[in-house]
Amino acid sequence: MTSHELLEPKLNRARAIALVLGGIALALCAAGAMANPTQFYRSYLFGYLYWISVALGCLAIVMLHHLVGGGWGFVIRRLLESGSRTILLLAILFVPLILGMSRLYSWTQPHVHAEESSFAKVYLNPTFFLARVAIYFGVWLLLSFFLNKWSAQQDRTGDPAMLRKMGALSGPGILIYALTVTFAAVDWVLSLEPHWFSTIYGLLFIIIQALAAMSFVVVVVMLLSDTVQLYHSPGQLNDLGSLLFTLVMLWAYMSFAQYLIIWSGNLQEEIPWYAKRTAGGWAYLAVTLMVFHFAVPFTLLLLRSVKRRVKVLAAVASLLLVMSVADLYWLVVPAFGQSGPRPHWMDITAIAGIGGLWIAAFLSQLKRQPLLPLHDPRFEGVLANAE
Amino acid sequence: MSQQKKIYGVMAEFEEAGELLVAAHKAREAGFTRLDAYSPLPIEGLSEAVGFESTRLPLIVLIGGIVGAIGGFALQYYIHVIEYPQNIGGRPFNSWPSFVPITFETTVLCAALAAVLGMLALNGLPSPYHPVFNAPRFKLASRHRFFLCIKARDPKFDLEETKEFLLGLEPHEVCEIED
Repeated sequence: MTSHELLEPKLNRARAIALVLGGIALALCAAGAMANPTQFYRSYLFGYLYWISVALGCLAIVMLHHLVGGGWGFVIRRLLESGSRTILLLAILFVPLILGMSRLYSWTQPHVHAEESSFAKVYLNPTFFLARVAIYFGVWLLLSFFLNKWSAQQDRTGDPAMLRKMGALSGPGILIYALTVTFAAVDWVLSLEPHWFSTIYGLLFIIIQALAAMSFVVVVVMLLSDTVQLYHSPGQLNDLGSLLFTLVMLWAYMSFAQYLIIWSGNLQEEIPWYAKRTAGGWAYLAVTLMVFHFAVPFTLLLLRSVKRRVKVLAAVASLLLVMSVADLYWLVVPAFGQSGPRPHWMDITAIAGIGGLWIAAFLSQLKRQPLLPLHDPRFEGVLANAE
Repeated sequence: MSQQKKIYGVMAEFEEAGELLVAAHKAREAGFTRLDAYSPLPIEGLSEAVGFESTRLPLIVLIGGIVGAIGGFALQYYIHVIEYPQNIGGRPFNSWPSFVPITFETTVLCAALAAVLGMLALNGLPSPYHPVFNAPRFKLASRHRFFLCIKARDPKFDLEETKEFLLGLEPHEVCEIED
């Protein structure tokens, strides 16, 4: 691949920039952690949740594609696989959250449990929490390890048995993914406010992850398009746009369903969650999300002319990337009792620092393989149709 | 009336999808604008080749959707606020969050109906008579043959010349179609 050689210096430069900026941002965070540890852990949790969403979303979409196929998946499979190989880095980056557990989660304090049910006492305690963290990362690492191993083997040997293996793992894998993400979302985010609960929360996080990953890879496809064009027909790009459209609708569906149920139930223990998130400045952020996380991308992605142009589609995806960050901010930060969306400087350095490291790891993984799957009979069929 | 029978167009029959695609491109290059192609299976690029441009159907569907959204919401507003207001758990009469699911459903319903009815209307369906079926072998268009028709409405149309032109594309057969 000659374009691969052209790409190499470009990727190396991007990786160096990401590493330097990420390093500086994390150094600033470390300095901030000395002065204000509580704020540091809060900002770090927010930043961390965003990047693990992108990585896990990549894993989920890879499995989805192994199950349902389709020409769109081959365009982005290498990007998704590279994203899924960063889970080990994210497991290491989880360490600060363990250190800050007692400052983040009120249930770590023994006196909070006095009036709680016995189940909450058993479930929400530091030992069991850490055991679950180990299980989540164990499962995610295993899934991504085998899917990547077999995919690489498929590339080398063209052995169709690998395709069957990946499909066979993806079926149960996607179920296990959904369960672990549900529990992780409850543990890491929902338990910030242990008196509130929502049964749709796990699904909401699955959609947030898929949307974060999908908009990320669409932007990467556009950035690469100057050097290598990953798609072979506007139809494949159209499919990526349609998937973004579906995810935007699902996001709105999940978010609104949760609101509608709580609004209809009108129960004292459920309402405070929304009351907090619509008080003061948070209401403006909520309206911004409705408009720019749903209405605007929804309208734009209806148009074929948007979905078939890589630059325009990537512009919509960038908007969704920014809005995913804003959405997480709206979900997570009000739990800390902040009265409005005023990002602390560490909110920005934490997400930038983790992001810098993550993007550098992603690019290192991306360089290790050709950018399109080789020897995949299904993909060869897609190519033949495109010509 | 100089002609005894009125002609709808000239039809060429091809054996391969690729031949039809090439023929359609050549006909467009030769300056024909009123042509249509018939195939038993979808062929990538054929609609562009016969000069098909976008229709007004998306606009019709959009209007259907907007009418459905406004209509669905207005119906619920009328019932719950104007005609039969009820105090349900102390909520305001105009409790819009609970109106959203129905509004969504009526939006989809009206947009889908607009799509189906709009498609039929734009295609001029139902149409009990269409001249292309006068072509003797045309029923093969739903089996394994590919047809290209240049219509008499085409400004460049001349019965003999057009026939000559189509024969030049080496089809299986060329025939005239009565209107």
